[in-house]
Amino acid sequence: MTSTILWTILILSGLGLVLAVVLFLIAKKFKVEEDPRIDDIEKALPGANCGGCGYAGCRAFASSAVTAPDLEKHFCPVGGNAVMKQVASILGFEMREKAPQVAVLRCNGTCEARPRVNTYDGLKSCRVKASLYSGDTLCAYGCLGCGDCEAACTFGALHINPDTLLPEIDETKCTACGACVKACPRMLLELRNKGPRGMREFVACRNLDKGPVARKACANACIGCGMCLRTCTHGAIVLENNVSYIDFSKCKLCRECEAMCPTGAIHGVGFPKPLDKEAVKERIRKRKEEAAHE
Amino acid sequence: MEKLLISPSPHIHSGASTQKIMRDVLIALAPAELLAVLVYGWSELLLLAVGVTACVFFEWAITRWMLKKPSTIGDLSAAVTGLLLVMNLPTSTPWWMAVIGALFAIGVAKMSFGGLGQNLFNPAIAARVFLLISFPQQMTDWTATPGFIHATDAISGATLLGVYAEGGMDALVAAGYPGNHRLFFDIGGSAGEISAGLLLLGFIYLLCRRVVKPWIPLSIIGTVVLISGIFYLVNPAVYTGPAFNLMTGGLLLGAFFMATDYVTSPMSDWGGVVYGVGIGLIVMMIRYFGSYPEGMSFAILIMNCAVPLINRAFHSRKYGRA
Amino acid sequence: MSKITFPIGGVHPHDSKIAAQRPIEMLPLPPVVYVSMAQHLGAPAKPVVAVGDSVKVGQVIAEPGGFISAFVHSPVSGTVKGIAPRKDLAGNPVLHIEIAVEGDEWMEGIDLSDTLVTDIPDDPAVIIEKIKACGVVGLGGATFPTHVKLSPPPGKKAECLILNGTECEPYLTSDYRIMLERPKEILVGAALMQKALGGCPCVVGIEENKPEAVKAMRAAIEELGWQQKPVRIAVLKKKYPQGGEKQLIAAVMHREVRSGALPIDAGAVVQNVGTSLAVYEAVQKNKPLITNVLTVTGKLLPAERQHNYLFRIGVPLSFIIEQAGGEPDGAVKLVSGGPMMGKAIANPDATTVKGSSSVLYLGAEDTVRKEASACIRCGRCADACPMGLEPFLLNRLCKAGDLEGLEANAVQDCIECGCCLYSCPANIPLLDRIRIAKGQVIGAIRARAAAKKQ
Repeated sequence: MTSTILWTILILSGLGLVLAVVLFLIAKKFKVEEDPRIDDIEKALPGANCGGCGYAGCRAFASSAVTAPDLEKHFCPVGGNAVMKQVASILGFEMREKAPQVAVLRCNGTCEARPRVNTYDGLKSCRVKASLYSGDTLCAYGCLGCGDCEAACTFGALHINPDTLLPEIDETKCTACGACVKACPRMLLELRNKGPRGMREFVACRNLDKGPVARKACANACIGCGMCLRTCTHGAIVLENNVSYIDFSKCKLCRECEAMCPTGAIHGVGFPKPLDKEAVKERIRKRKEEAAHE
Repeated sequence: MEKLLISPSPHIHSGASTQKIMRDVLIALAPAELLAVLVYGWSELLLLAVGVTACVFFEWAITRWMLKKPSTIGDLSAAVTGLLLVMNLPTSTPWWMAVIGALFAIGVAKMSFGGLGQNLFNPAIAARVFLLISFPQQMTDWTATPGFIHATDAISGATLLGVYAEGGMDALVAAGYPGNHRLFFDIGGSAGEISAGLLLLGFIYLLCRRVVKPWIPLSIIGTVVLISGIFYLVNPAVYTGPAFNLMTGGLLLGAFFMATDYVTSPMSDWGGVVYGVGIGLIVMMIRYFGSYPEGMSFAILIMNCAVPLINRAFHSRKYGRA
Repeated sequence: MSKITFPIGGVHPHDSKIAAQRPIEMLPLPPVVYVSMAQHLGAPAKPVVAVGDSVKVGQVIAEPGGFISAFVHSPVSGTVKGIAPRKDLAGNPVLHIEIAVEGDEWMEGIDLSDTLVTDIPDDPAVIIEKIKACGVVGLGGATFPTHVKLSPPPGKKAECLILNGTECEPYLTSDYRIMLERPKEILVGAALMQKALGGCPCVVGIEENKPEAVKAMRAAIEELGWQQKPVRIAVLKKKYPQGGEKQLIAAVMHREVRSGALPIDAGAVVQNVGTSLAVYEAVQKNKPLITNVLTVTGKLLPAERQHNYLFRIGVPLSFIIEQAGGEPDGAVKLVSGGPMMGKAIANPDATTVKGSSSVLYLGAEDTVRKEASACIRCGRCADACPMGLEPFLLNRLCKAGDLEGLEANAVQDCIECGCCLYSCPANIPLLDRIRIAKGQVIGAIRARAAAKKQ
């Protein structure tokens, strides 16, 4: 009896020892030499593996970054400048600051503004819907409301509002990874600079139809009337294919276009005070009068 | 027309539904179970009522209170599990064991895997095996309970397969082997084994309704006949014959209704054949060389494990890729 | 005669050919027509008329916009009122030419008589040129330009012309009606295409549920005295999708088109009977493709409101609906095409195109999808798939976004026939997902091929 126990202990211990040696040798022989900086960079990264940088995940980003000649093609939108500073210092590169961005929705066709003419009865997916027809409203460019963007967002920053059937973006959670931009078959989501103290202006519409058609489809549509273009004194507005677009690099956030827009398609976000349309219109009128005097 | 309905094609549907399929299975099982109730009386009726109700109740309760999802009992799959479970129990089983069986079938074997379509094992068989291991005494007590119609040759005690497993061929011959197996009325064993003929009838109904395909049962039966035939021819003094093996131990019940369970059997026809052959092999190995008397449940459970592998190995023939 | 069929899968929907007994009627002209520039597969056509021009019936109003494209002719006489984007039946803007109808004045040289012309031009090039000039496209659904299909690439030879008269989609009866009413023209059209293809034999495939059409076509062969010619009628089993190009080739020729290959690689050219009629009219009568036959049908319509209309291409659907007595009560969905592969109409103001084959009304009971439940792994989708695919597996791979797995499991071979979704007892939207994945995989394959070339 005692000898059985003894033998068991001996054999098992011996086996353990032999296997340990084998494991050690194998680990030695097949050791993969890896740049230690990859681990460092990966640690510095947020670890969301969202793919927003264009690489398969944080590790892929790190192993690509260590071989890159500069950080031109490597930017982690989730970590932003703070993380990139760390990455740059690990690699000994110059840090190039990027303005923080956020996703904005270029559609404001709420249920009220866009009467529904059709009902969808299929897989709940914007992609399927977009491949099938122009959508439940007369607008062939607007949000389809099935929430592909919501499904694509790994940060829980996007939610379809059941009342408007439009996605709403939670700025505090949005990391500008761009997943929603890729998911939207209508290309309605855009990454824009967050702007100074979070203030920004954008045209919340992509309807390329001519004014009357767009208007009929949606009360909030950009009708391409050019009012904003004529109002803007900074040359920040481009009017192409019946729809306006604000270049955020030129926009001075004066909110004049927003006040003048007849359909309310231009949205201002993050401003401390609500827009006093009449005051702004008065200001524009006075300026024009002065210009006429001169 | 106010608003037009838009959906991707196709715009019509065959009308097939999970509920209709399960209803067909219930209809197919009904004749055999009805006869069992007639022959085994109140105790079988009580088991049936308790087993089916418990399965349906547990599924409803789990979806309602634990998963907080809409109830799925409308698809009748829980009722099918309940009926199959009852048909797999001896008629003298106490009713509370049916409740435990139902809880295991629905709670453990089905819902914990994610509900209908996700389970690895056939819930009814898993529950039967669970009960067999937990309550070996009750689960092998084959005392026929008094029925509504008079069954002349009511036997009690062990089944013939049980006798064979215990005492070998000598004991079996003493118990009346080879005997005359009757297709439509054969007492002994689980409730569902009462009539091979009615089971066959039910299976033919399923075939006609295109609910199941014949390949799995055919390959099980073929394998059993082949193996027992060979062994029987080599040494009939030791090994039981094909007819005996087909008619006993719930083989037909298993082959027709349990092995053909969609969820736990392979998707492709050839996969089904491999699966059936596997079941046939295992069941005969258990019967000839194992210590358990029958083995259909074990054979099906073991082959259930192999289904994901079989599904990987066998695919349908694709057009233009020969 | 034994009935032939395709080897894998298939389903048996009720054929619901309610409009079968209604003869073809001439649809009156509307005040305005809208002619779409994208009514064929390939590049949209380019308008060659200007606003204010007056046009005659059969006059060219748009030219092909590429190699795979087609001429478009004016279906009416009148004045061009506008050339602008207009919503198609999916609601998406497409360039249309708007013509106000004035009288019915045809171009010279178009033979409007009923006389059957059986003399076939000797030169295949002449036939193909006429087909091209008359803007003939495949009328079986895909609207692929016919002249391209009839000009096999060098090194490939057509061994058999299959005329598709299966009309396997439920409800549709337009092909059936033309086979009953104009069988000889169809056969002459086939003979023209045989000639164009270098004299291959021709098989007309007709499903067994149309015995009258089989009889009419056989009688026409006899009346033409063509018993000795290499043209025969094949009766096919009633099984959907018997009229799928690949399925028809397998049924008739016992050959399978390799994955990724074209029918011509298997020596087959498949043309719809309607296309054959269009070819006849183009080559023998100089008449461009400006009319087609369309079925107005649905269970909700009483028998006397079922119609088979000969319509001018460009007539708005709403005009046809009005002529046919309006929408029936209880209709929730309008479908252009058959119920298995047709498109739901989002915009009834859209115009008809060359390939329009029906206006089908469906009631809620027939068409509203039931809520999807769990997959019970019954394998019915795989049994139903005529391409031998495993939709349950593809669906799972779609959900996981596994494009490589999808390609390995041949999602790109899907013909979008709808058999999987039709037969699924759990109402899982299999095809909805698979269709999107198929597009992605084909895109990836093309991108790879393009990268390889460079």
